[in-house]
Amino acid sequence: MLAESLFFSAVLFSIGVIGVLTRRNAIIVFMCVELMLNAVNLTFVAFARVYGAGGQVFVFLVMTVAAAEAAVGLAIIIALFRHRHTVDLQNINLLKG
Amino acid sequence: MPDVPSLFYTFHFYLFGLVAMASAVVFVTRRSPVSAAMWLVVVMFSLAALYVMLDAQFIGVIQVLVYAGAIMVVFLFVIMLLNLGHPAELADARGLWWKLAAGAVGLGLVAELFTLVRGATAAPYTLPAGYAAQQVAAEGAIAPVAGPLFHEYLLAFEVTSVVLLAAIVGAVVLGKRRADAR
Repeated sequence: MLAESLFFSAVLFSIGVIGVLTRRNAIIVFMCVELMLNAVNLTFVAFARVYGAGGQVFVFLVMTVAAAEAAVGLAIIIALFRHRHTVDLQNINLLKG
Repeated sequence: MPDVPSLFYTFHFYLFGLVAMASAVVFVTRRSPVSAAMWLVVVMFSLAALYVMLDAQFIGVIQVLVYAGAIMVVFLFVIMLLNLGHPAELADARGLWWKLAAGAVGLGLVAELFTLVRGATAAPYTLPAGYAAQQVAAEGAIAPVAGPLFHEYLLAFEVTSVVLLAAIVGAVVLGKRRADAR
């Protein structure tokens, strides 16, 4: 089942990348990042079955970091919305050269 | 799990994988953030089922509790607070060039990862087939994760608490309305 898991993980990760690149809604872009983290977790779990349970510890740590990232990222989105009254990434271009 | 998986096991493994991939495609193409979030929850539940089938029962439970239960609720709360549930107001999706770039990157990643899938795993380091299932049967689902977590990875585990504390403080500071704002 290792090859199948890696296949599913690859497809899910690519869907996440495509979502990050094509969507303009900041919240949906953020959810696509979560999807990519989930795809990587599937890879870790699949390899943990072959190489030992250390991979599951990594999934545990990735989930913790994802929770922290979601909290901070969503706070940034709220702060951004207060200033610009939009979450459309097309209109948030302060750093554009 | 025996060496050669049963038809029942294989069927359900493919079923949950296909559900995850299809829901991910639907998730990425939804205009409304609320329905996108709901489809992402479907993806996470399918992944939890896959984790359980891959002898990672503890991770599957954590996936449902933390990801589908807590993180997605935070997302939905933010959508509700910012009143973003109306898809008509949001001109979504970027222009043609972004889509082409995304397609190219996606194809490249899929090709790269397919090559990785086909590569053989280094045999001297692999565990015997069915080892994980035997370990779970002998020690329970949590002990195989807890052992390495509190021995080899103890430092990482402790540092995680600092990361979480920093995230909490950061979220509070960023989310706080400034006193002189109005």
